[in-house]
Amino acid sequence: MTGIGLIVALAGAACSGAGGTGGGGGSKTITLAAVDNPQMADLKTLVSDFQSKHSDITVKIVTLPEDQLRQQVTQDVAANSGRYDLFTIGTYEVPLWAKKGWIENLSPYIAKDSSYDANDLIPGIRGALSYQNNLYAVPFYGESSMLMYRKDMLSAKGITLSDHPTWDQVAAAAKAVHTSSVSGICLRGLPGWGEQLAPLDTVVNTYGGRWFDEKWNAQLTQPEFKAAVSFYINLIKTAGEPGAGNAGFTECLNAYNSGKVAMWYDATVAASNFTGAAAANSGYAFAPHVVKDWSGWLWAWALGMPSSSKKKDAAWTFADWATNKEYIKLVGQKLGWAHVPPGTRTSTYSIPEYQQAAGAFAQVTLDSIAHADVTHPTVQPVPYVGVQYVDIDEFQQLGDQVSQEFAKVIAGGQTVDQAIARAQSLATAVGKKYQT
Amino acid sequence: MRATAASALGREAWARRLPLLPAFIYVFLVTQIPFVLTIYYSFFSWNLLKPGSFHFAGLENYGSIFTNESIRIAVWNTVLLTISVIGISVVLGLAVAMILNSEVFGKGLMRTLMIAPFLIMPTAGALIWKDTLLNPLFGLLPYLLTPFGLGRVDWVNQYPMVTVVTVEVWRWTPFMMLIILAGLQSQNPEVLEAARVDGANAVQSFRRITLPLVRPFIELGALLGSLFVVQTFDSIFMLTFGGPGEDTTNIPFLLYLVAFQGFSIGEASAIGVVAVIITTIVATLALRTLFSIFQIEARR
Repeated sequence: MTGIGLIVALAGAACSGAGGTGGGGGSKTITLAAVDNPQMADLKTLVSDFQSKHSDITVKIVTLPEDQLRQQVTQDVAANSGRYDLFTIGTYEVPLWAKKGWIENLSPYIAKDSSYDANDLIPGIRGALSYQNNLYAVPFYGESSMLMYRKDMLSAKGITLSDHPTWDQVAAAAKAVHTSSVSGICLRGLPGWGEQLAPLDTVVNTYGGRWFDEKWNAQLTQPEFKAAVSFYINLIKTAGEPGAGNAGFTECLNAYNSGKVAMWYDATVAASNFTGAAAANSGYAFAPHVVKDWSGWLWAWALGMPSSSKKKDAAWTFADWATNKEYIKLVGQKLGWAHVPPGTRTSTYSIPEYQQAAGAFAQVTLDSIAHADVTHPTVQPVPYVGVQYVDIDEFQQLGDQVSQEFAKVIAGGQTVDQAIARAQSLATAVGKKYQT
Repeated sequence: MRATAASALGREAWARRLPLLPAFIYVFLVTQIPFVLTIYYSFFSWNLLKPGSFHFAGLENYGSIFTNESIRIAVWNTVLLTISVIGISVVLGLAVAMILNSEVFGKGLMRTLMIAPFLIMPTAGALIWKDTLLNPLFGLLPYLLTPFGLGRVDWVNQYPMVTVVTVEVWRWTPFMMLIILAGLQSQNPEVLEAARVDGANAVQSFRRITLPLVRPFIELGALLGSLFVVQTFDSIFMLTFGGPGEDTTNIPFLLYLVAFQGFSIGEASAIGVVAVIITTIVATLALRTLFSIFQIEARR
């Protein structure tokens, strides 16, 4: 990997350094590279419980922000260096990496534990983490997307929303409540395939747009795609948050919690982080639609095991502990039921304490996840899987570049047509690789 | 007889060199071997995400550099960024150095405060600019500008290059100031006094006496500064992430994107090699001009 080291040196790139420095210590120390989110922070505090049951296994958890985690883990697994024994990967990585043989098939391990109950995993999530009908990662946390809105702010203007609103209704409501101090709606504008493109892609899907046709011809210049992008960007410009180009999940959450936006379309997990008036007065609706119904996205953070791990049994013991039903109960009892990682197991939603804590958004979350279909994301057939992403290796870079072009439109630096033209040429180059 | 003398000399020379060897070997290992490897990789098509994609590609990677629009934009952005940052920070640095060189109240405190931006970690500095100062919702600048109707301007996204240049100027002005101040302090106050006695006004003595004196210092600062500013990465990563679009993507950032978002090791290596060649050419030219200036100055 010296080559990469030099590339960094040449670029003068003083970025995040080397991260974790690998196992060491006893033969049963396992290293988990985890994404930095509240659910993982909870896992970290509960590790002592695992340790008391399995004194022979020491667990080292390295938490990293999403983009850095992805880089570290990708390098580790591609170079077969075996630095990690477990890592959190998403629905995007699992099928791709399973196909390359980078991650271990977990079905044989699951079969050994009769109490694990893999059939309890929510089917959509299980499907998204499977390759050739075998589970290659076990879900730790799952989500879809939904619309959250301040009932008090909307009703002050005499607006009510149904459970299944259309995007036109949402846009009208956003414009009606938009003032100079409170924005109508928060929509992610922060460039990145996992940031801005996630909600935007669901809008594209429900408009009937698609990234590629069945023969991998880029379809970004088609009227549906263009209409969706124009709609999304116009809504941000007319009734969206200021500084939309820097607004991702966290920024929108802060704006919504502090009452600076009246509506927010984002991940279902957002609602578990609401405080104060936002927690008390929020209404929840399914992802707004245009043509295709049930346009919510599907995402899960799951524990995967690299094929290069030398402590696979110990790693599985931990993965099993962190994703089974008992863990859900443990979180509820020790940290409170609002902390329970949502969207992984059907049984979670029948726990009375959880129903009480998650209340209004629990059913919306479960139904949204149940109806998201990664193989049929839009109206017309597509050659790829994924709702809010295209499950190919090149999509990380393609998605980042395309979202940068759209961010430039949001900032007023170019028109939608210019951005789409550039995006189309980038997508065409990627599609060509799959046409032979 | 002569042979033994020669070998004794050789032994002596080696005895002198020997203590330096560890350092030499270390520097050689950590600089030259990776560089050679990078050159080697640049001739291969290799994407980390595609196992088995490693194959000899000849000059393909270099060919794509010259046809790729992103690289053209990145080169232009690098040039624009370097020239504007160095130009503005030299002018500001000179002005501040002039003030600090005169007899003003609280000089010591002022000098310490002026150096501060250069000592703040680049990443932290960029974050402070982005979130505390420029954020359109809760930033200080939009708040202060609200009476002028500029309360909700999204500086980072609407004026990305201006923002990056501003932050970099903020960081590099103290550096220029320090170097120019060193030059100013070597000036003999009697010369200025003599000029004043001869009837020169402030502007004239600045142009005819002070400026020629500090010119080599300015040139040195500009050269050193541009070698660093060409490599600007931290503030772009934190402020704009190269966007919106490719408006602030410079060569180092593009390289980062190709290597760590696209995982195209071959292509990234080729960009790295070309970047090193360009930087070396520019640095050599700049150094040569500098030395010729020094010689002319010396001859005067």
